[in-house]
Amino acid sequence: MDNNLAIKAENSKTYLGFWIYILTDCVVFASLFAVYATLHSNTNGGASAQMLFSMPLALTQTLILLSSSLTSGLAIISALNKNKNKILFWTLATFILGTIFLFLEIREFNHLVAIGDSWRESGFLSSYFVLVGTHGLHIIIGLIWMIVLSFIIIIKGLTIKSMKGLVMFNLFWHFLDIVWIFIFSVVYLMGHMGL
Amino acid sequence: MIEANLLGLLNIDSFRHDLIQNIGVAIMSLSVIFVILGLTYFKKWRWLFKEWLSSLDHKKIGIMYIVVAVLMLSKAGFDALIMRTQQALSVGNHHGIVSSSHYQQIFSSHGTTMIFFAAMGLMFGIINLAVPLMIGTRDVAFPWLNSVSFWLFAAGMILLNTSLAIGDFSGAGWLAYPPLSELQYSPTVGVDYWIWSLQIAGVGSLLSGINFIVTILTKRAKGMNLMKMPMFVWSILGSMTLVTFAFPVLTATLALLALDRLIGTHFFTSGGGGNPMMYVNLIWAWGHPEVYILILPAFGIFSEIVATFSRKKLFGYKSMVWAIWAIVILSFTVWLHHFFTMGAGADVNGFFGIMTMIIAIPTGVKIFNWLFTMFRGRITFSAPMIWFIGFILLFSIGGVAGVILAVPPADFQLHNSLFLVAHFHTMIVSGVLFGYFAGIVYWFPKFFGIRLNEKLGKIAAYLWILGFIVAFVPLYALGIMGATRRMDHYSASMGWQPLFIVAGVGVLIIGSGLLAIVAQVAYSIYKHLDYRDKTGDPWDGRTLEWSIPSPAPSYNFSVLPTIKKPDDFWDLKQTNRKVELNYSDISMPKNSYLGLFISAGAFSFGFGVVWHIFWLSIIGLILIFSSIIIRTLDENTEYIITKESLIRDDMKFYGEAK
Repeated sequence: MDNNLAIKAENSKTYLGFWIYILTDCVVFASLFAVYATLHSNTNGGASAQMLFSMPLALTQTLILLSSSLTSGLAIISALNKNKNKILFWTLATFILGTIFLFLEIREFNHLVAIGDSWRESGFLSSYFVLVGTHGLHIIIGLIWMIVLSFIIIIKGLTIKSMKGLVMFNLFWHFLDIVWIFIFSVVYLMGHMGL
Repeated sequence: MIEANLLGLLNIDSFRHDLIQNIGVAIMSLSVIFVILGLTYFKKWRWLFKEWLSSLDHKKIGIMYIVVAVLMLSKAGFDALIMRTQQALSVGNHHGIVSSSHYQQIFSSHGTTMIFFAAMGLMFGIINLAVPLMIGTRDVAFPWLNSVSFWLFAAGMILLNTSLAIGDFSGAGWLAYPPLSELQYSPTVGVDYWIWSLQIAGVGSLLSGINFIVTILTKRAKGMNLMKMPMFVWSILGSMTLVTFAFPVLTATLALLALDRLIGTHFFTSGGGGNPMMYVNLIWAWGHPEVYILILPAFGIFSEIVATFSRKKLFGYKSMVWAIWAIVILSFTVWLHHFFTMGAGADVNGFFGIMTMIIAIPTGVKIFNWLFTMFRGRITFSAPMIWFIGFILLFSIGGVAGVILAVPPADFQLHNSLFLVAHFHTMIVSGVLFGYFAGIVYWFPKFFGIRLNEKLGKIAAYLWILGFIVAFVPLYALGIMGATRRMDHYSASMGWQPLFIVAGVGVLIIGSGLLAIVAQVAYSIYKHLDYRDKTGDPWDGRTLEWSIPSPAPSYNFSVLPTIKKPDDFWDLKQTNRKVELNYSDISMPKNSYLGLFISAGAFSFGFGVVWHIFWLSIIGLILIFSSIIIRTLDENTEYIITKESLIRDDMKFYGEAK
C-alpha cells in the first residue's frame, strides 16, 4: 500500500513536470506563429502562400497525423489491458503513420526548394519553413522516442517506468497533433484563402 | 554553407589578438593551469569528480553554481574596469586603452556575462541551496535534471569564455539587435558565440524552471499548504513561472537569429522581407520578464532576512503574495517600454507607459511591507541587514528613475543615454546583486557549517553601497547632459571627463568591496574553529532550514517535518512544542556522470556550429542523446541510508551542541 502511494506520488510529479514542459514548448510554437503572422505577407516579390500550398496534400497530412494519434491512443488502451503485443503493434502503426507524414513534409520542402522557393527567398518563406520544420523536428524526436520506448518494452516488459514513458509519449504526440491543427488552419487554410 | 575544411572557419588568425585581450587570455589560461596543477599536486581529481562534479545533491549543485557565478562576476567586473578606464581617458586626442571594435566586444561581454552567468548563476545557486530546505524535503523533484541544468549552464559559460581566446566575441551589445547582428554587418563568429552560449545556458535555465515549479508544488512538507510557505519560496514560484513562460521565447528568437546567420533565412534582415523590429519585440518579450526573474528571488531573500533580523513575522504576508503574482503577470505587459522610439504611435506608447508605472505599485507594496516589518521590531544590524538598508535606499531611487523613463516623451530624450544605464544598474546591482549577497551571507553557515566574519561583511556592504553611489550617480548626470551609452570616445569640449573620472573611482571602490567579500570568506575559513555554527540556528531563524544541523547533511532532514503554522520552526521554539521523531530508512539519488557528458556534448555542438565544424556538432548531439537514453535505461539510480546511521548523525551533532 505504502509502496503504491509512493509510486503514485512519483508519477504525478513526473506528469506535472512533463505538462509544464509541454507548456514551454507551446510558448516556442506561439513565438513561431507570431513570427509567421508578422512575416506571412512579406513575400519580397516572390511566391505567396496562395500560390504555393496544395490543399489536398495538407489535408492528407492532417488525416495521417490524426490517425496516428488514434493509434497511439489505442496503444494506451492496450496498456490498460496489459497486452504487451498489442502495445507494440499500435506503437508500430503510429511509427509508420508518423514516418509517412514526415516523408510527405520532406517531399513538399524538396519540391518548394526545387521550384526556387526556398527559405532564402523571402521573410514569408523563412517563417513558413521554420514553423512547419520545427513541427517536423518534433515529429522526428517522437519517432526516435517510439523506437527507444519499444525497445524498453520488449526488453524489460510492462514496468512502471516504461508505462510512464508510454503515457508521456502520448501526451507529446497529441500535443504535436494540436500544433499541426493550428498549422493547418493558419498556414494552409488561411493561406489558401489568401488571408 | 557546409565547409569542405575539417576545421571549418577556424585558422591561425583566430588566435591573434591585441595586447589587452592577450593579457586576458594569459590570465585565464594561467588560472586554468594553476587549478589543474593544484588538483594534481594535492591528488584531488578523484575527490573533485566523485564528490562534486557528478553530484546530484542540490546543495552541492547550488555551491557549484555560486562558484561559477562568482568567477563570472569577477570576469565581467574586469570588463567594467576596462570600460570605466577607457571612458575616463579617451578624450580629445587620447584614444584610451582599447580600440573601438574591442570596446564593443567588452561592453557586450560585460552585459551578457553579468546577466546570464553572474546573476542567473547566483540566483540558481541560492534557489538550489535554500528551496528544498525551506519546504522540508530531501531533494528537488528531478535531481538528475537539476545536474543537467547546471552542466548546460557550465557549458554555455565555457563557450562564452572560449571566445576570449579563440576568435572574437559579439560587438552588438548584450542583446545583439539586428540588423547589426546579422551576417552582413557582423561577419565574424562573435555573434554566433553569443547566440550559442546563451542558447545552451538558456535551455538549462528552462529545465531548472520546470524542476523548481514541480519541486515547490509537489514536495512540500506535510501540512505546509501554499499560504504557509516562506515568502522566499513564493517568490521562487513566481520567478520560475516567469522562466517557463519567458525562456522559450528566448530559445525561439535566438534560433531564428542563428538561422539567419547560418542558412540565410530572412527573419530579421533589413532586406528580403525580414523585420528587424520583430527581433527587438521578441527579445524584450523575454528580456523584460527576465529582470523580474532576477529580482523576485532577491525580494524573497530580503523578506526572509527582514523578518529574521527584526524578530517579527513578515508584515502583510498575503499582500506580499499578491504583489508577487501581480508582478508576474504585469511583467509581460511592459516590454515595449524598452523601445518607445520604435515609432509605434502615441496610443501604443501610452499604454505601455501606463503599464510600466502600474508595475511600480506592487513593488511599492513590498517595500512598505518590509518597512512595516522592521517597525517596532527588535532589529539586529547584521551584515545581511546592511545589504538590505543599502538596497532599499538605492532601489527606491532607481525605481523613481524608472518611472521617469516610463514617460514616453521623457524617454525619447533619455533613451540610449547613460541615464538609462545608471537606472538599470541601480535596479540590478542594488536590487539583484545586493539581495543575492545578503542571501549568501545569511545562508552561508547552513551549508558550510561556519559563520562569516561580521566586521568584514559589514565593511564589504558599506564599500559596495558607497562605491555604487560614486560610480553611478555621475552617470545619471552625464545621461541628462547627453552622454550616450556604448561610447568609446568623446570630444573634450563636452566637459564630461571629470564625471567619468569620478565614476571610475567608484568602480575601484566597488572592486575593493568585492575583495572585502573574498577576504571575509577567506578569513572565516581560516578561523573556522572560532566561527563554527554548533547549533544549526545561528540567527535564531524562523524557517525550516534552521531546524537541521549545519552543514546540512546530504539527506537534509533525518525525519521529514510536519508543519502546523506559518514560520513553524519559530513557533516551535516559542511554544516548546514537542516533535515526535520516527526514523526510517530513506533512499537518495546516486551520483551520475551523465550531466558532464551532456555538458561536453552541448559544448561540442555549440563550438561546432560557431566555427562551422559540423562533424563536431554531430558528435555533440550524439553524446547528448545517448546520455539521455542511457539514463532512461538505468534502473539503479538510488541508494539507501539506514535508520541507524540517521540516528547516529543526529546524536553526533546535537550531542555535541548540548
